[in-house]
Amino acid sequence: MSATSAANGNQNSADQAESTSIETDVVIIGAGPVGLFAVFELGLVDIKCHVIDILDKVGGQCSELYPEKPIYDIPALPIVTGQELTDRLMEQIKPFGAEFHLAQRIDQLERQPDGRFKLTTDIGNSFLAKVVVIAAGGGSFTPKRPPLAGIEAFEGTSVHYSVRRIADFTDHDVVIVGGGDSALDWTLALEPVAKRVTLVHRRDEFRAAPHSVEQMRALVASEKVDLKIGQVKTLTGTGAQLEKLTLHLKDGSEEELACSALLPFFGLTMKLGPVADWGLNLEENLIPVDTEKFATSEPGIFAIGDINNYPGKLKLILSGFHEAALMAQEAHHIIYPDKKLRFQYTTSSSNLQKKLGVK
Amino acid sequence: MAKIKFIQPDGTEQTIDAENGLTVMEAAKLNDVPGIEAECGGACACATCHVYVDEAWVDKTGTRKSMEEDMLDFAFNVRDESRLCCQVTVSDALDGLVLRVPEKQF
Repeated sequence: MSATSAANGNQNSADQAESTSIETDVVIIGAGPVGLFAVFELGLVDIKCHVIDILDKVGGQCSELYPEKPIYDIPALPIVTGQELTDRLMEQIKPFGAEFHLAQRIDQLERQPDGRFKLTTDIGNSFLAKVVVIAAGGGSFTPKRPPLAGIEAFEGTSVHYSVRRIADFTDHDVVIVGGGDSALDWTLALEPVAKRVTLVHRRDEFRAAPHSVEQMRALVASEKVDLKIGQVKTLTGTGAQLEKLTLHLKDGSEEELACSALLPFFGLTMKLGPVADWGLNLEENLIPVDTEKFATSEPGIFAIGDINNYPGKLKLILSGFHEAALMAQEAHHIIYPDKKLRFQYTTSSSNLQKKLGVK
Repeated sequence: MAKIKFIQPDGTEQTIDAENGLTVMEAAKLNDVPGIEAECGGACACATCHVYVDEAWVDKTGTRKSMEEDMLDFAFNVRDESRLCCQVTVSDALDGLVLRVPEKQF
């Protein structure tokens, strides 16, 4: 199994294609429903967008947390699932040809001397944009950190939430925790290079693809991989180097295990992330905006959807849609300072219908 | 209506009046019970409303369905009496229920 195929689980990032540098009008941070609808509203006023999301798919919380769950408060859609809403938005914004950059996180945002913004992602892609729209919802989906005493000290050196290079695990005592695709894929991928791979899971049932589970069982049967049913209790090491851990096994016993690399896969949680470092005013992890333009404290940076706050704010998808429409008007003023924007309806405007490709 | 007692890791107790038909998670959020995060809002998609059911109540709260069982893989220190309380519905039968909140949801 290659690093790339193993990385199909949504919490891994493996070697990516070469980094790129893109100049554009607008970068939208977050491909949730509000970020997607911002593409539509900006598109109507001739603004081209690049959309970036940390997940490997569009839809944000709608596709990550409740793809199958019904939403009942989208105007004119009495019932729609998170996935269906995402799919419909993708269809609606198709005419505007936004480009998507998934499975990456904007780590840096700096204003350039010419007033534009330089955004850099964690995998090295960079963007130069006149306007930035933060539609990051509840923040970045990031891997959950198991509440084990002292784990922070080992992170980056011996505790990893993703695999960048398989070779980094050569000759290590690797312990992988979890029962989903990420845990199983990496068990299979690291077994050939590691000194030993031990898979730890709380029960002897796995959510991962049956084929991977079979392969794992075969490796356990031929004693190439150890499988322990139980949970990690304590970590011990020197400095940043993890040396061993103790397991509390399902049968009630405890076991000590040599471990120089730990890979815990407990799913994702939302964290504000690097947004906090961009010099914007923040109040209780939300970005205060005005209700005319949804502008932040930094001219040219807007915040829409769940991540913003203003008097009376409701965290509803429909509020985010409204915010996107008003934001787009102001973004137009910034990007086309000399053009007058005339308000038009999609129902009657030939001009808008042309942009939508229906005329 | 059911009275539900939440016991925090430090021993602090809080008893809430929970309306029938709500999930225990919803009742906990309405009453600001600390440590019930419910990040996904009740979609059984995040495992941050993890609680330990008091032994005496394990039978009455029912069994975990497969979706909840799978989602518990994303919780920490899962025990036999672990439940995601967005998957437990309040009813008169749960009057007096005792739940323990874990040290940390994550």
